Amino acid sequence: MPMFRPPPIAPSEITPQSVFLDRRRFMQGAAALGALGAGGGSALAAPAALAAPRNAAFSVDAEPTPKKLVTGYNNYYEFGTGKYDPAASADQMKTRPWTIEVGGEVEKPQTIDIEALLKMQLQERVYRFRCVEAWSMVVPWVGLEFNQLAKMVGPTSKAKYVKFTTAMQPETMPGLRVPVLDWPYVEGLRIDEAMHPLTLLTLGVYGEILPNQNGAPVRIIVPWKYGFKSVKSIVKIEFVEQQPGTAWNKAAANEYGFYSNVNPNVDHPRWTQKRERALPALFASRQTEIFNGYGDQVASLYAGMDLKSNF
Amino acid sequence: MANAALADKPAARRGAPKPARGPDWVRWSKPVVLLAGLIPVARLVYGVFGNPDLLGANPAETIEHTTGDWCLYFLLITLSVTPLRRLTGWNWLIKFRRMLGLFAFFYGFIHLMAYLGFDMVFDAEAIVKDIWKRPFVTVGFAALLLMTPLAITSTRGWVLRLGGPRWARLHQLIYVVATLGVLHYWWLVKRDLTWPIIFAAMLAILLGWRVYMKVRKRPSARRAAA
Repeated sequence: MPMFRPPPIAPSEITPQSVFLDRRRFMQGAAALGALGAGGGSALAAPAALAAPRNAAFSVDAEPTPKKLVTGYNNYYEFGTGKYDPAASADQMKTRPWTIEVGGEVEKPQTIDIEALLKMQLQERVYRFRCVEAWSMVVPWVGLEFNQLAKMVGPTSKAKYVKFTTAMQPETMPGLRVPVLDWPYVEGLRIDEAMHPLTLLTLGVYGEILPNQNGAPVRIIVPWKYGFKSVKSIVKIEFVEQQPGTAWNKAAANEYGFYSNVNPNVDHPRWTQKRERALPALFASRQTEIFNGYGDQVASLYAGMDLKSNF
Repeated sequence: MANAALADKPAARRGAPKPARGPDWVRWSKPVVLLAGLIPVARLVYGVFGNPDLLGANPAETIEHTTGDWCLYFLLITLSVTPLRRLTGWNWLIKFRRMLGLFAFFYGFIHLMAYLGFDMVFDAEAIVKDIWKRPFVTVGFAALLLMTPLAITSTRGWVLRLGGPRWARLHQLIYVVATLGVLHYWWLVKRDLTWPIIFAAMLAILLGWRVYMKVRKRPSARRAAA
C-alpha cells in the first residue's frame, strides 16, 4: 500500500525569512494600530482619543473654532499649497513607527519614541492660532511643555537655538515634488523661546491624537508667533549654537523673519497684519493683538529689542 | 465689451457698426449663456445664505478667489472672441462678446467689493493705504477702474456717440486690464505660481496673436501701396 507522501515543497514556495519577519512586523504594527484605534494610519477609522485635563491657567477664555475647520483648512505644503490639500491628501502619511532624534549641544543625545511621549503627563491648552495670512482660530491642543523634553536631554550652555526638522516622506507627500520650499521644512526658535512654558510639544487636538494633516504625530505650537513657526511632524530636534536657516525665511527673507512674532504694527509686505479673520467669519474684523495676546507672558523675552527690524 | 475687432471692420469705420448676422439659435442661446455665467455667483450666494459648508472653512476667501478667477476667465474668453472668429469664420461669436466682457466686469466688481468689505471692513483710511502700499492691490484696483468705462460704454448708444474707431480705441484698454489682472494674481500668490503662469501664457497667446496679425499686415500693406 503506497504511503501518502506529501508533495515536495519547491524552494520558490518557501517564504523567505525576511518576508516572514516582515509579515510578523506588519501584524504587530496592525495590532498596535488597532490598539490606537488605527488613528495613526487610515482616515476611515475613528481617531484615537487622547484626553487630557485642561490647564485653565494656560488657556484662553474663548470658544474653540469648529473642529471641522481646524482639521480641514490649514497650510502643510508637503501635501500641496492649497489649504484644503492637507486634509485631502495626508491620509497616506506613515506615522508609526516614529522617533524623534534629539541631539546637538546636549548632555544626553537620544532618540525618543513617540509612544514614550504619549505616556507622559499630557494637558490640554486652548490657544489662539494666528496665521501669517491674517486668519485665526482658537484651538484646544493636547501636549506637554517643550522644556520637559529639553530636560530629558540636558541642553549645554552652548545651546542658543533649537532647530526643528519635519519628516520627508516622498511617497506620501506629493508636495515634496515641487520645490516651493527648500525641503525638508526647518524652523527654529531661540532657546529661551523654546523653553518658555507656552511652547507646547503637541500630540493631540480636540481630545484626539493629531490628524496627519495637522502635523501628526508630534509638532510644536508657539502661540505668540505666526503659524508657520509651529513645525509639524517633527523627526529631528537639534540644540545649536548658531541661528538656523528656516524654510520660509530662506524662501522670502523680506516677508518672513526669523522671529515672526504676531505683531499688528508690522505689516506683511503684501497685506496688513492689523486685523484678522477669526474663521469662519466673513469679515476680518478682529483686531490682531501684539504677541497674539500673549504679551504679558512673552514680551519680556524681547525687552529692548526693535520688533520692527527683528520682525 | 467689444474691442479692437470692430476697428478692423470697414463697417465700424463708417460709424454705425452693422450687427453681425448670426444663425437663429444665436438669439435664443443668449439667455442660456447669461444664465450659465451667473452660476458661479449663484453658488456663492447660496453658500452664504443657504449652505455655509459649500464655501469651506474660509468663506470670504472662497468668494474672493472665485470671483477673481471668473473675472480672469471672462477676460480671457472675451479676448478669445476675435482670434476665434478669424480662425473659424464664426462671425456670430461677436454677438456674445459684450455679455462676456460685462461678466468680467461683474465678477471683478464683486471681487473688489468683497475685498473692501470682508478684508478691509470698509475702513477708508486702511483701504487707501492698502491700495497705495501694496503693488498687487494697486494693479488690481487699477484694472477694475480701467474696466469701468468699458462697461459703461458697452451699449450701442455709446458706440454711436463715440464713433466706431474712437470706441474701439477706448476698448483696447481690455489689453491693459487683462495684463494688470494677471499681474495682480502673479504678485499675490505666496509661492506656487502654477496658475498665474497658466493665465499669463494664455494671455500671451491671445495678445501675441494680435501683434502677429498687425505685424503680418504691415509689410503687405506697404507693398500694396508701393
